[in-house]
Amino acid sequence: MWLHRYAKLVSASTVLLIVAGGLVTSTGSGLSVPDWPTSYGWSMFTFPLRHMVGGIFYEHGHRLIASTVGFLTIILAVWIWRVEPRRWVRTLGFAALGSVILQGLLGGITVLLFLPTAVSTAHAGLAQIFFCLTVAIALVTSPSWNMAPPGGWRDDHTLRVVATMTTAVIYSQILLGATMRHADAGLAIPDFPLVFGGLVPPYWTPQIAIHYAHRVGALLATAAIFATAGHVWFRHPDRKELRRPATLLAVLVLVQISLGGLIVLTKKDVSINTAHVVSGALVLATSLVLTLRSHSARFAEGAVSPARVSAGMSPAGVRA
Amino acid sequence: MNSKTLLGLPLMLTLVAAGCGGSAPAPAPQGQEQPKPSGGNAASAIDPATVASIKGKITFEGTAPANAPIKMNADPFCVSANKTPQTQETYMVGKGGELGNVFVYISDGLGDRTFQAPTDPVVIDQQNCRYHPHVLGMMVGQPLQIVNSDGTLHNIHAIPTKNAEFNTGQPIKGMKTDHVFTAAETMVPFKCDVHGWMNAYAGVLPHPYFAVTDDNGSFTIKNLPPGTYKLTAWHEKLGTQTADITLAAKDDKENNFTFKAAGGN
Repeated sequence: MWLHRYAKLVSASTVLLIVAGGLVTSTGSGLSVPDWPTSYGWSMFTFPLRHMVGGIFYEHGHRLIASTVGFLTIILAVWIWRVEPRRWVRTLGFAALGSVILQGLLGGITVLLFLPTAVSTAHAGLAQIFFCLTVAIALVTSPSWNMAPPGGWRDDHTLRVVATMTTAVIYSQILLGATMRHADAGLAIPDFPLVFGGLVPPYWTPQIAIHYAHRVGALLATAAIFATAGHVWFRHPDRKELRRPATLLAVLVLVQISLGGLIVLTKKDVSINTAHVVSGALVLATSLVLTLRSHSARFAEGAVSPARVSAGMSPAGVRA
Repeated sequence: MNSKTLLGLPLMLTLVAAGCGGSAPAPAPQGQEQPKPSGGNAASAIDPATVASIKGKITFEGTAPANAPIKMNADPFCVSANKTPQTQETYMVGKGGELGNVFVYISDGLGDRTFQAPTDPVVIDQQNCRYHPHVLGMMVGQPLQIVNSDGTLHNIHAIPTKNAEFNTGQPIKGMKTDHVFTAAETMVPFKCDVHGWMNAYAGVLPHPYFAVTDDNGSFTIKNLPPGTYKLTAWHEKLGTQTADITLAAKDDKENNFTFKAAGGN
């Protein structure tokens, strides 16, 4: 139980880290600290707080939060390795640790190379993968993960396929958004919801193309999300563990689209721009939770029923 | 982890846009010294007895756009160093339409002449959270000395397309850093990522025939060998204009430019 709580803490910290990263790009502060891993020659942890002014506040703050999350992730991976008997969960722990290390390196490299679009986009994409890993760890270490739902384990092949595809579409959409963001194409199409007054750009540039692709991707992701949520609402109205994330997912994607439109209309307001990044991560994480739960029956071998738990038996395979 | 956890995650956000303003002292016209041809090229020889000059005035026609205001509250030092409201220095327009901060240079006509770069550095100073000067010129190979006169941290980030990009931190007051551009390029933008309102532009040329207009919109380019040249005037928002001009020995010709709001040149 404590491992699960700690994993939730790491996930929440990662959301904070994504907020900080979003602020760095939204304020254009990515190069305000020109060196790495030092900060203006100081060690990252001895950099005087009085110097955290202007863009440095965002960039150096992002580095400090990232270091904290990295430290928390080391503890998480070691903790899982010591107490978790499921090999694949231990693998998740090490994958999280590896991805946060790689993420830190990418963050440093993109600063030293003056923020090339490819590296910065990879940094943004890996951030989402790391966040998903922490969410997945929190989910599969929860006491409810191995408990059969009240109606028993029910595998729904269609839901598994639709939910998995939806998560993949959302992640692809986030990659498109990150590319648009780091290619400075956020205002390449200046109006919303129309596109230069119509439905299709009258001319094309690479920046207009990536921006337009992100808008089309938003429609596809929304359609996929409502297909998944609709399937849950109509086929599994009694399964709370599916219904809740499905409803949340539908709400979040509407928020996300609204924020996306507002970015254009406000000409990239910093707060809205950052909220869009964070909201996108929450959409992805919620879809991942729904997807993993749609697969939970396949993980059920060795799981126990609520009756076993109430009789004082631990869920099978979970020692912590 | 259930969906409640996700709902409960905090969002926080913020702040700070940039802004900027204020007028920097107008830079002195450049390229005035007798040019030193580099050795070994007969075409480089210039007879001092025949050199000519171009002078002129650059004006803005119409109502100049307002310079964007600058909010410096992201750095207490910058606030304390600037007691009056600050604006960007994009449009330095005098009462009579005189346009400052225009980079004027010979863009064609010198043939294969080569010129030796001065060893004296051109200085760009970060003072009161502004770049001084805002527009400057230098020769390829001439040192650019970057100075931080402020009691706060600056990074100077050059974003050229033909030269190597660089981003140098200057955390301590009084720091000086030298940089040399190795290729001709007009213009090289500079920015400070710490203070988003700070920006400057440098013209890097293989010859010394350039100038930056002062508060009166005036410029002078001296010591040109007789010939036919293309004269270019560049402004950071209003674009570029060119003029063909022929100079005979000892000519002192005048060539004026008039800029209008963007797109109306």
